[in-house]
Amino acid sequence: MTDLLTVSGLVTEFTTEDGPLRAVKGVDLTVRSGETVALVGESGSGKSVTSLSVMRLLPKKAGRIAAGEILFRGRDGTTRDLAKLNENEMRRIRGNEISMIFQEPMTSLNPTQKVGAQIAEAARLHQHLSASAAKARAIEMLDLVEIPDPAKRADVYPHQMSGGMRQRVMIAMALACNPALLIADEPTTALDVTVQLQILELMRRLQREIGMGVLFITHNLGVVAEVADRVAVMYGGRIVETATTAELFDHPSHPYTRGLMDSLPKVDHAARARGEATPLRAIPGSVVDPRFPPRGCDFNPRCGFAVDECRAAVPDMATVTEAHLTRCIRWEALNG
Amino acid sequence: MSLSYLLRRLGGAIPLLLGISVILFAIIHLAPGGPLDMYLENPSVSPEAIEQMRTAYGLDQPVPVQYFLWLKSMLAGDWGYSIRTGKPVLSEILNRLGPTLQLSGLALGFAFIVAMPLGVISATRRGSKLDTGLTLFSFAGISTPVFWMALLFQLLFSVQLGWLPSAGYQSVGDGSLVDRLRHLVMPATVLSFAIIASWSRYIRSGMVDVLNQDYIRTAYAKGRTEIGVVVLHALRNAMIPAVTVIAVDFATIISGAVITETVFAWPGIGRLFMEAMDGRDYPILMGLMMLGSFGIVLANVIADVTYAALDPRIRYG
Repeated sequence: MTDLLTVSGLVTEFTTEDGPLRAVKGVDLTVRSGETVALVGESGSGKSVTSLSVMRLLPKKAGRIAAGEILFRGRDGTTRDLAKLNENEMRRIRGNEISMIFQEPMTSLNPTQKVGAQIAEAARLHQHLSASAAKARAIEMLDLVEIPDPAKRADVYPHQMSGGMRQRVMIAMALACNPALLIADEPTTALDVTVQLQILELMRRLQREIGMGVLFITHNLGVVAEVADRVAVMYGGRIVETATTAELFDHPSHPYTRGLMDSLPKVDHAARARGEATPLRAIPGSVVDPRFPPRGCDFNPRCGFAVDECRAAVPDMATVTEAHLTRCIRWEALNG
Repeated sequence: MSLSYLLRRLGGAIPLLLGISVILFAIIHLAPGGPLDMYLENPSVSPEAIEQMRTAYGLDQPVPVQYFLWLKSMLAGDWGYSIRTGKPVLSEILNRLGPTLQLSGLALGFAFIVAMPLGVISATRRGSKLDTGLTLFSFAGISTPVFWMALLFQLLFSVQLGWLPSAGYQSVGDGSLVDRLRHLVMPATVLSFAIIASWSRYIRSGMVDVLNQDYIRTAYAKGRTEIGVVVLHALRNAMIPAVTVIAVDFATIISGAVITETVFAWPGIGRLFMEAMDGRDYPILMGLMMLGSFGIVLANVIADVTYAALDPRIRYG
């Protein structure tokens, strides 16, 4: 597998009334073609800003990439740094070689255009298809995302569809130009649980067929286990742990990752039989306020393992196994 | 949308128009003076003659009786006769309709063409110096009284520069197209100023709202340029809230730009209204105001029809 996307040292800043605010503080991330990498974290961890940086869709004026490289290997085999492309060059990549699916299928589609036209739009734009060829492509895409009666559904407006159907339309839209990389920003968060599973299965099937790389952004570890080959956990604008999915679930080696896993609701059947409730184990404290980050490790104020050294400097990534890195100096104590 | 829906909507306006007619009739008769006052100081008209006219016009009757007499003939399609000129109300109004349509048509068309890009540019560059400048222009346009701006224009373009005639519909002995256009330019510009100022604000706020929507980000993610996003995805959605204002403004201005027409001595509906006001010409006033009210009702129906055309989520049964 070749490296499709290699982000290194990415720093993204926002201009605010209180001065510059660093949302992403040096992120390294690799996505290979055919692979799904999950970027996991709470709201405010910087995961969405990372994805918008890759797409170069940060809010104009307010947001900017302050440092780092975003190397992307295009269809023609050349590798370019997306952080340095101008808007015109970037535009030819968006929706064409890199596509994005958003969280809110209810509001991410234009309410005044038929879904067929919205799906065909990218193909018309990048592949210069004729109106009839684009329509045919839209119907083909609707069929691909398993929407029944696609020819008829192409002429329907978004409000005439359910949330799950609309997310299928969003996926069809994103895949219309056969992108090499798909960025999915919490694509199932707004959906019912049963629909979530259908969408995840659909995405998995399409990835196998198309062979694209997927950067899957989520806060839901259940979804991670379902879709990801590898996982990167983000906290306070940095990646704190990265490993293959199996390795991460078997040996979580960062206190934050462990806290996330412990906070998944579990049912203790023995306790239930005794009539006792199973306590929900939350991580104490609250997420980093990016205006006032703590000294040293971002997680140390909430960490049960923190020692003085943790408050001295931001730890470097430590190697647990070859493909398993953690930004924790106490990971051995954690596992011991 | 069906024809029956449209007919129902317009039919629903009948009680409304009846109510409006009662109120208007009452207010007009509450105003001091009457149509025959102009003869009071004329020594060649005897008090007996005035009394005779009063009886002839039915002005000696109580106001409610006068109203029902007016309503009865109106329902029969008889708009009555102007007390001042003695001519039929309908032909008086129709005579003035042409100049008003020329003036308001030009002003509204121009306003629409200018206000749309101004609003869009302001919204897409919000917070910039250009946006601030356009905002200032808008507030100046909204706050400047039309009669004052008209006087400034006359001072500059007629008195100082001598480029354009200061008032009137055409020069005496000249009725050529060029001559009439030269008379039309200044009032149309003045009239359009305030409309541009207000419409561009509505379009700006609609646009700002739409540009923050998720589907705009989706369009950018497809690789659209900013112009592509604005024209293909934002504009139609942004126009929806502005439609009502634009439609009702259309109706108001077509039913007579009273001040502009008065200052520029433009022989349109607005000035007819002014003249009828001065002379307490009840039949003309009632005719004009009923037409205006109907125009507003019609404009609202047109606005609703336009909504449905712009927004597929809106359907009327």
